[in-house]
Amino acid sequence: MSTEKSVWRKAYEWHEARLPIVTWLDHSLGTKYPVPRNLNYWWNFGSLAMFMLAVMIFSGIVLAMHYTPHATMAFDSVERIMRDVNNGWMIRYMHMNGASFFFIVVYIHILRGMYYGSYKAPREVLWWIGLLIYLAMMATAFLGYVLPWGQMSFWGATVITNFFSAIPGVGDSIVTLLWGGFGVDNPTLNRFFSLHYLLPFVIIGLVFLHIWALHVPGANNPLGIDAAPSDKIPFFPYYVMKDVFGLAVFVVFYFVVVFWFPNSMGEAVNYVTANPLQTPEHIVPEWYYLPFYAILRSIPNKLLGIILMFGSILILFALPWLDTSRVRSGNFRPVFRVFFAIWIVDVLILGYVGMKPAEGIIPTIGMIGTFWYFLHFAVILPVLGWLETPKPLPASISQAVLKPAE
Amino acid sequence: MKKIFLAAAAALALTTGANAAEEVHIPKETWTFNGVLGHFDKQQIQRGFQVYKDVCANCHSLKYVAFRHLGALGYSEAQIRSLAATYQVDDGPNDEGDMFKRPGRASDHIPKPYANDALARAGNGGALPPDLSLITKAREGGPDYIYHLLIGYEDAPAGVEMSPGLNYNKYFPGHQIAMTKQITDGVVTYADGAPNDAAHVAKDVTAFLHWAAEPNLEARHATGLRVVLYALIFAVLAFFAKRRLWKDIPH
Repeated sequence: MSTEKSVWRKAYEWHEARLPIVTWLDHSLGTKYPVPRNLNYWWNFGSLAMFMLAVMIFSGIVLAMHYTPHATMAFDSVERIMRDVNNGWMIRYMHMNGASFFFIVVYIHILRGMYYGSYKAPREVLWWIGLLIYLAMMATAFLGYVLPWGQMSFWGATVITNFFSAIPGVGDSIVTLLWGGFGVDNPTLNRFFSLHYLLPFVIIGLVFLHIWALHVPGANNPLGIDAAPSDKIPFFPYYVMKDVFGLAVFVVFYFVVVFWFPNSMGEAVNYVTANPLQTPEHIVPEWYYLPFYAILRSIPNKLLGIILMFGSILILFALPWLDTSRVRSGNFRPVFRVFFAIWIVDVLILGYVGMKPAEGIIPTIGMIGTFWYFLHFAVILPVLGWLETPKPLPASISQAVLKPAE
Repeated sequence: MKKIFLAAAAALALTTGANAAEEVHIPKETWTFNGVLGHFDKQQIQRGFQVYKDVCANCHSLKYVAFRHLGALGYSEAQIRSLAATYQVDDGPNDEGDMFKRPGRASDHIPKPYANDALARAGNGGALPPDLSLITKAREGGPDYIYHLLIGYEDAPAGVEMSPGLNYNKYFPGHQIAMTKQITDGVVTYADGAPNDAAHVAKDVTAFLHWAAEPNLEARHATGLRVVLYALIFAVLAFFAKRRLWKDIPH
């Protein structure tokens, strides 16, 4: 056995003694990060969200090199990217559809957390930071949608910024501040571009906190019971390999849309240059906002509508206490499972309502859907925790996973 | 007062909404550019360009298309240069400070028929002919809609009150369109002898306009195929690698 260390080994140890970055990485996402052995494929979506964040930042930085944030030039500069910049169409379609796929991934990630009770003690702060990431994503996506300066960009910006005018007293001043003037115009576009470039880096910071908060209690698992050390396996290589496989499958879906249906998730009217004198027939937000837009529209009072719209997300911050059941995983909660499914259907119906013009039966459905949304969190979940009899929990993960082999 | 106004606006929204609700079904057409390896038929989009040049270009601009882009239609550089030279393009100021006209170059964008929107409106009864560079992407229904709009002119059904100067079109939202019927049988004669009845001409010009809106479509499909095949093979390999790695881990 050679006791002589190589010069590389010495250099590595010299550096690690001063800044142990490799050790830190190994503890974060490597061999020193123990993870329950029984995670299913729903647990892949966290790493997929990180992948999409990276895709959005890289493609966005390249787009910003060619884009011109000016009211008279923004639309033309996007078309120049699409036509004359080498592979600009690919970068732009990856970014544009990347936003939708980022939301798809994050919505699945959130729903996974809600079904398996990942927000419950001791992971409440982890859940909160996740919600902050989601809010920052919503803001970033809205700001980004304005940048091509198409008809829906302009009128979407007009409608959304007008929400703030409902705030009593200071509302109008806030709107003027957002616009940088007395209407959506070039100053609005300039500040939106600046903020659209800033917020992703805020999201990176929040992602670090999210992962840090994850490492304190460790990952939840499909059984929702605390994992014994013997039931944990190192993140590398096991979950790295599993995430790589999941990523390969995911990008197939992503690239099929990017390369064959790049405009399927957008609005045709956004290929018309912004025109402040002509309102589009109906203004629809991007699909990922639709349920919240439906909540806003179904309330006849503007201020109350806005409070409920933001409240529909803010109420999630209280979820760890609204859900009074001590059992984490929905697998052991037969009644919760039913109501969880109903709630998902309710959100999908709200999404449909948000897409349709507010006429006929649509506003009524929207109101019922909104009522059920809040009923689920404010009444059903707390009461369910007291009334429901959960199925017996396994004593350990190994007991549960080894049972079929017996 | 405000309430009355709001109520009126709401009523208006309801009626226009009701009009929009009776949505016209746009039949699906077959296009060479659909499908996994969808591509443009160069002969067809050359014919379509001829239609644009001889018919549409009298009123509609195509501002994002430069002559040099037309190489994608199969024209040689010399052909593009001589085509561009048949146009007069604004340039200047020269050393004397004057604006002047010169023959077009390959690098020029196709000149607009009207100097500005006001002039375009004045020449078209107040209606603005939209730029066509993105038209197949900028309308719900895409190329299918544009094609059917072009041949969708009919006599107004009995009982439909037409506004003066507007024409009945089966596929236009609200059915009243300022553009008159332009694509008629024999409106152009093709050098390659392809059929020039209204339906074929409309199809050709729509295919050309889709190229104008999505000039990188062929590269997109070709790249996509390679990317997705790569990802699929990678996914299969990753699956087996994962399964082998996890072989002894009950989970």
